[in-house]
Amino acid sequence: MAITREEVQHVAMLFRMSMSEEDIAKFQQQLSQIIDYFQVLQQIDTEGIPPTSQPFSLENVMRADEPRPSYPTEDILANAPLSEGGFFRVRAVLE
Amino acid sequence: MELYDLTIHEAADRLARRELSSRELTQAVLDRIHQAEERVGAYVTVTEELALKQAEEADKRITAGDAAPLTGIPAAIKDVICTKGVPTTCGSRMLESFLPPYQAHVTERLLDAGLVMVGKANMDEFAMGSSTENSAFHPTHNPWDLERVPGGSSGGSAATVAASECIYALGSDTGGSIRQPASLCGVVGFKPTYGRVSRFGLVAFASSLDQIGPLTKDVTDCALVMNVIAGHDKRDATCAPLDVPDYTQSLIPDLKGIRIGVPQEYFVEGMDDDVRASIEAAVHKMEELGAEVDWEVSLPSTGYALACYYIIAPSEAMANLARYDGVKYGYSDMRGDSMWRNMELTRQHGFGDEVKRRIMLGTYALSAGYYDAYYLKAQKVRTLIRREFDAAFQRCDVLVTPVSPTPAFKLGEKVADPLQMYLSDVCTIPQNIAGIPAISVPCGFAPAGGGSASAEGGRPLASGGDGLPVGVQIMAKAFDEPTILRVAYAYEQATSWHEARPNL
Repeated sequence: MAITREEVQHVAMLFRMSMSEEDIAKFQQQLSQIIDYFQVLQQIDTEGIPPTSQPFSLENVMRADEPRPSYPTEDILANAPLSEGGFFRVRAVLE
Repeated sequence: MELYDLTIHEAADRLARRELSSRELTQAVLDRIHQAEERVGAYVTVTEELALKQAEEADKRITAGDAAPLTGIPAAIKDVICTKGVPTTCGSRMLESFLPPYQAHVTERLLDAGLVMVGKANMDEFAMGSSTENSAFHPTHNPWDLERVPGGSSGGSAATVAASECIYALGSDTGGSIRQPASLCGVVGFKPTYGRVSRFGLVAFASSLDQIGPLTKDVTDCALVMNVIAGHDKRDATCAPLDVPDYTQSLIPDLKGIRIGVPQEYFVEGMDDDVRASIEAAVHKMEELGAEVDWEVSLPSTGYALACYYIIAPSEAMANLARYDGVKYGYSDMRGDSMWRNMELTRQHGFGDEVKRRIMLGTYALSAGYYDAYYLKAQKVRTLIRREFDAAFQRCDVLVTPVSPTPAFKLGEKVADPLQMYLSDVCTIPQNIAGIPAISVPCGFAPAGGGSASAEGGRPLASGGDGLPVGVQIMAKAFDEPTILRVAYAYEQATSWHEARPNL
């Protein structure tokens, strides 16, 4: 298979996503099949071809740096799972 | 004809002549939802109260002589487009309880034009899928055959238009998500040029590919919706600062002087014979209408577009989906003992399988040691695909191809095989890679369960005939939406496929 069990776990943790044992096995099989399919690109000669990151070359779209009102804090915090005193609240970040 | 079967332009004419009120039209559409929705499942949320209130406001505007072409016309909005104060789920558990604090640009434009919103349309989770089976809530059924998928990811938007559970809908298209479901449900679906419509308020999937567009019952309606949603918006830095033409000026019923190219690479191995026959018949019809046809156009890199897309789109998706952390909004799993652990659990339990697959593919393709072989390689192939389109559009005004290699497939048929599901997008991905506009217009019906049966060519079905819709794709160079609409309109007016409605 194109990708090992350990790589599946490693990639999931790079994204900070845990995964059940069952999912690790399933994704190892499915991702290997898809990554094998990607090898088709190696057939094309792209020597000297520049990469495209977006279709048209709009560059550095700027606006004046002027202060303006943002959304009210309470509107934004209304969707937060936990908040306190105008802040998002999370569990301990440091030990 | 029932009121809910009206097109935008038919309904707007009656509203303008006061033969009909928005309140009556909206009630007729809501009644249709009550009658059909249990079988179709096109909506995540039906906004009945809001719709009736908006209909009353629209009627006041019409009475005051202040109506625009979309005023008072009931519409569905794909649930990936933010609607202030109305749940916007993206078909995901992750956003099941999310109430957007702001309005998307397109909904703002539609509201100014007198929107009546009847609901938020179902979709594949975060717009990732080709069948709408990846919705975390329920699948959507194809109104032409309830055992089949409507396509995806804008399957709810396509199905609700086909079932007349609204008059028009908005969808989003990252690799065919408007056009493929439009083809499978027998409606018109248009992906404008990248940057033609502002994406402010569109929940991001793949930022160099995503675009919003209309799903409608005919091409005239498509032009009317485009007139409202297209145009520059400073809040989307990728939105083109270009003037917007009046798209209804493109609705010309002849094709004299139009050069059509038919790229052979789109007639892929395994393509359904009836689909092939329908597309060829459509091109012949366009020729009769005055177009010159070149059957020998070649876009040699087409076969590499799918692999290119399934590297680029997941790579952008993993960056966009990193915002779902269980802290700011949406689902939050708090069973862990630290912020990091909760973030891991939130993603494990908040995302469905297809979203996880794409996150994993994107994270893998961008990770140390693989970046050059996958992501950078795909970006270079993207350049080749763009250049081939540029060369083709030197010789042709439009290219005409299939939308989907097959008509609607059965629910469950491709769920266990992600790569097979990805292959349903093979004809609709290259246009997103190149950023060019493309439309799907109804062009025939294939017998259900078909594949080998030969088409009798141009057999118009009466309402609810047995068969599955097929769409033809018309594409043009960047920002040449007018030429696409002209070809689509001329073809549509010379045929009657768009008049067929499913029996429901």
